[in-house]
Amino acid sequence: MKAPKFSYTRADSVDHALELLDKHGEDARILAGGQSLMPTLNMRLSQPEILIDINRLDDLKGIRMDGDTVCIGALTRHVEVMNSDIVADHLPLIAEAMPHVAHVAVRNRGTIGGSVALADPAAEMPACILALGATLVVQSSSGKREIPAEEFFHGLYETARAENELLVELRIPSQKKENVSVFLELARRHGDFAIVGIAAYGRVLGDTIEDMRLVYFASEDKPTIGENAIAALNGNSWSEDTKEAVTAALENDLEPMANLHGSSAMKLHLQKVLTGRAMDAAVARAGDAA
Amino acid sequence: MSEEMVTVNMTVNGEQVTKTIPVRTHLVDFIRTEVGFTGSHLGCEHGICGACSVRVDGDVVRGCLMLAAQADGCEVLTIEGITDTGEIADLQDKFVERNALQCGFCTPGMLMTAAELLAQKSEMSRADIREFMSGNYCRCTGYHAIVDAIESINNERLKG
Repeated sequence: MKAPKFSYTRADSVDHALELLDKHGEDARILAGGQSLMPTLNMRLSQPEILIDINRLDDLKGIRMDGDTVCIGALTRHVEVMNSDIVADHLPLIAEAMPHVAHVAVRNRGTIGGSVALADPAAEMPACILALGATLVVQSSSGKREIPAEEFFHGLYETARAENELLVELRIPSQKKENVSVFLELARRHGDFAIVGIAAYGRVLGDTIEDMRLVYFASEDKPTIGENAIAALNGNSWSEDTKEAVTAALENDLEPMANLHGSSAMKLHLQKVLTGRAMDAAVARAGDAA
Repeated sequence: MSEEMVTVNMTVNGEQVTKTIPVRTHLVDFIRTEVGFTGSHLGCEHGICGACSVRVDGDVVRGCLMLAAQADGCEVLTIEGITDTGEIADLQDKFVERNALQCGFCTPGMLMTAAELLAQKSEMSRADIREFMSGNYCRCTGYHAIVDAIESINNERLKG
């Protein structure tokens, strides 16, 4: 279908965008890459009064190091993150996830900040930044504030970002060289929305798993840390017994949403399968690195 | 709510275009109805099918997921434009030779996406091609012939 009527303003500075957000509040939508917003407009699932186009705000683009932290401007497009040497070297989890983010034409437009700010439960980037313990920088006309990823995702498309705030930067701690990460998802077609997925980051010492963080996405209403599964995992060697204990514990972490992709029980089963595969891969990668 | 209008100025297939249009007009509607190039097709209109793929400032994008207003000042190329430059003439011939199209609805989008893949000038497996092309739907061919055509041209070009 065609998008409903709306008003459109191209912001010419971050301050201009913030001023417009102050003025229009919940009636406004930020138009970043538009790869999720435009479909909802075309399908008339969303009828904002005004779109604030931030695509020409070059201050919000780019990837740089700040000490041991990778700083990614919110408007950095997926394709730039995918091709970034900094990301490949310091954030292998994100590098591994990026090819799963939609398709080439969508990655050419879509932005990492847009993906995080929208908080689609099936999106890859929210899960990755939660696994890596990122901090999100949001800005309003009264200044900036930092929100840990753990506190950012509240639920289905709901985040800690206030209506008058703009997500401006992602600050992601560089992955430690002694750690390993694994990203896995299942989708019907490569690049489509995930049915289930996992982002794992932590340490494998000998055959013992330590400080591993498991983040599950797509099945839940938001990226979800598998607290019980993690408790059953860390400090143990990866074995059939451990796998059984971890996947059993996972039942207390997840409450998968049923949809046309499958039932809650099927998705829980698939998340268990991915957990096993992810830890097999983590142990193998740690072995290769040693 | 009244219809808000905007004047946009862009180059489409080398042609300078200035038009005043509703702000909600997406790029492919603009190209098809205002500029008159109808090679870019509209399938799903929500970013799934890839039939509307066009090139904006050098990158292939979904023409239904970008407002024409956002392309103000940009250089836009459609299948007509890259046909004229001969950039993918070999691939177009190969599509015919390998039966990589039947109804032809998806073909402009397939070619626009394949053009970006071939521009990488790198060795690629059939799986790589399938992965890259996975954002474009074809309901006729079963994809096999499309992969055949792209693979042959990539191999031919790499051989020089």
